[in-house]
Amino acid sequence: MTTMIHVENVAKEFTLHNQGGVRLPVFDNVNFSVAAGEALVLAGASGAGKSSLLRILYGNYRPTSGAIAITHGGRQIDIVSAVPRTVLDIRRRTLGFVSQFLRVIPRVTALDIVRDPLLARGVSPEEASERAKAMLARLNLPQRLWDLAPATFSGGEQQRVNIARSFVDPSPIMLIDEPTASLDANNRNVVVRLIAEAREQGSAIVGIFHDEAVREAVATRYLDITDFRKAA
Amino acid sequence: MTVHQSISDETRPAYNYAYLDEQTKRMIRRALLKAVAIPGYQVPFGSREMPLARGWGTGGIQVTAAIIGPDDTLKVIDQGADDTTNAVSIRRFFERTADARTTEATDEATIIQTRHRIPEAPLKAGQIMVYQVPQPEPLRKLEPHEAETRKMHAWAEYGLMQVKLYENIARFGEVTTTYDYPVMVNGRYVMAPSPIPKFDNPKMQMSPALQLFGAGREKRIYAVPPHTSVRSLDFDDHPFRIQSWEQPCALCGAADSYLDEVVIDDQGGRMFVCSDSHHCETRRAEGHRGAMLADASALHLVEDEAKP
Amino acid sequence: MNMQVNPQELGLDPAPLLSVAGVSRFYGERIGCADVSFDLWPGEVLGIVGESGSGKSTLLRCLAGIDKPDEGQVLFRGGTEPLDIYSVAEQERRRLMCTAWGIVHQNPRDGLRMDVSAGGNVGERLMDNGARHYGKIRETALDWLQRVEIAAGRIDDRPRQFSGGMQQRLQIARVLVSEPKLVFMDEPTGGLDVSVQARLLDLLRVLVRDLGLAAIIVTHDLAVARLLTDRLMVMKDGRVVEQGLTDQVLDDPHHAYTQLLTSAVLTV
Repeated sequence: MTTMIHVENVAKEFTLHNQGGVRLPVFDNVNFSVAAGEALVLAGASGAGKSSLLRILYGNYRPTSGAIAITHGGRQIDIVSAVPRTVLDIRRRTLGFVSQFLRVIPRVTALDIVRDPLLARGVSPEEASERAKAMLARLNLPQRLWDLAPATFSGGEQQRVNIARSFVDPSPIMLIDEPTASLDANNRNVVVRLIAEAREQGSAIVGIFHDEAVREAVATRYLDITDFRKAA
Repeated sequence: MTVHQSISDETRPAYNYAYLDEQTKRMIRRALLKAVAIPGYQVPFGSREMPLARGWGTGGIQVTAAIIGPDDTLKVIDQGADDTTNAVSIRRFFERTADARTTEATDEATIIQTRHRIPEAPLKAGQIMVYQVPQPEPLRKLEPHEAETRKMHAWAEYGLMQVKLYENIARFGEVTTTYDYPVMVNGRYVMAPSPIPKFDNPKMQMSPALQLFGAGREKRIYAVPPHTSVRSLDFDDHPFRIQSWEQPCALCGAADSYLDEVVIDDQGGRMFVCSDSHHCETRRAEGHRGAMLADASALHLVEDEAKP
Repeated sequence: MNMQVNPQELGLDPAPLLSVAGVSRFYGERIGCADVSFDLWPGEVLGIVGESGSGKSTLLRCLAGIDKPDEGQVLFRGGTEPLDIYSVAEQERRRLMCTAWGIVHQNPRDGLRMDVSAGGNVGERLMDNGARHYGKIRETALDWLQRVEIAAGRIDDRPRQFSGGMQQRLQIARVLVSEPKLVFMDEPTGGLDVSVQARLLDLLRVLVRDLGLAAIIVTHDLAVARLLTDRLMVMKDGRVVEQGLTDQVLDDPHHAYTQLLTSAVLTV
């Protein structure tokens, strides 16, 4: 299988300049790879740096050292040293991030939020609408909410909009951070199926799942972050 | 230096010929030459104090003084009429200071100084129109900064002028500017034609006469040389139009001249007559008769030359 | 293995729209902005953040062709040839500023003609560029008023009859009507109350994406930066102390000042 992510000697340390320059090492010497069709679940105690690692893979946090090769457009590119517009291009076409929270944009309807990534990838507006509606229906979001802005939605409803947006057109690499936190069992199962489908279509998945059952259902492999924990 | 010939009375002050000193006239002529060379461009000049207040035609008078000679015949019109106070005073001024012959006949004049009108009779080659200009800057009301308007002229950035016309149409359905209607000269400079009615704008287009503009208070001179294009600004779908009247001149019957409305009694009675008094008189002398000529004549408002 | 990539190989634009090199502006002894260099690529939105007096507005004025910097160069690639905006004639720079560039001022009064109707304000740039068909100018103005959510019935009203938010939207329509490639915005939501801000921000976000605009936005509001910009430059005392992807800079700030700035915000 094609290697989609290759992490090499990554270390991360936060320096808090406004608190006496205190240095907070997170992890050191992280090495792993993820292939297309795999679902790697990050494990480790709370505060071990799972979310930080996920954010580093996305190019959101900058590692203190090391390289991360992302397979993008048929070649491996180091997202750590890539210039901003390359990172943006990788995110647009290859790298998706599913967070716990929907960043609500005022006045944009749920349907438009879900349609957006399809439009950005050049899908026709009609097809984008059809696929977005199908995805919202699958996640059991009541139809009366589709044309409303999610600012007033409940936490679970917002989360489902967020998931619909991410899975309406799964990226070749999906980074997933606790997507099922406030979902009921029924919707949790939908999400598990969506992840499995994306993986079967060839997406490489890296995720953090709090829920034991979800973790078991999704994972093809585990990576325990605690192993890289720097002796502080 | 030519001292005025006819001043023989020793008690009268020895004015220089045409009032202005020769150096000043030379300065104005230089400005005029530059203005003619760059049609529509406003040339600054050192406007002098004249024996009348600024705003009463000092710019026009200085231009006339700089170009007039003993062989010239001067016509002065004010609101189209030769017999208003201002016109009479300016004519007399040049009769006394420049030995000028004066006339009311458009075709006899070599210099026509004007405020508000261009004569109805077509101008000829060799004639010079001198316009009195209160505000030479067509962009002034739109852009208050002089430095900025100069740049706008320098680079022909005239979108703003068009915005003014747009505003008129948007608000009133048509361009409501009826006088001092902006023109584009020689395809280059937007120019204020002075407060003549837009009715007269087409007369400037390719005119065989030389047209000079003097703004005394604002200290600017500009010009349109003979046979120069003078186009009134407009929109493709709202072309420039001149005023028209439903009735001809009540005195001479002219259907193609600019008419003034005259209230004739306190019962709401009114008539429309040519604003160009000489044009009207000429036509009446030729036998043209308007609908109300007999009445006006009976009241001694006009002399009816055509009467047997 | 070589893991570096030239973005051009990914099919991205081969040349930046704006190249800024070593731009400095001094006010006597005092630094306005010092030694600022960056490239802006087509369609990219760059935010400049910093507190009042950090030099961000000075920098914007240098970039936008309003104030000539004391040192440095601003190259614009609107056409085929890169144009050094401070070495070309003023005429060409003015031409640029009413076609390929747009400036949205913080105070709409600085960017609007208050005595001219909304339609006339939007139509001015069209007329600057030679449009002489009243009906078509009006049609385009109407279209733009609707895009910025101003009712068609207000087309003949003057801006002073508009609310602050409407004035700002009108200013945006007035700038975007000439389909500029690059727009400069100085605190576009400053002076507006929060609900009006949100509406304006969303409008800007949609317009920038739909038109593929490149933009440089000066703001002290990190939420505005987060929502609208791709990249961020953090300025302090006239110098750029940190720059990068907006989410990188805001979520994982490295410079002490940026950390202070992001931690001073209640919710970003």
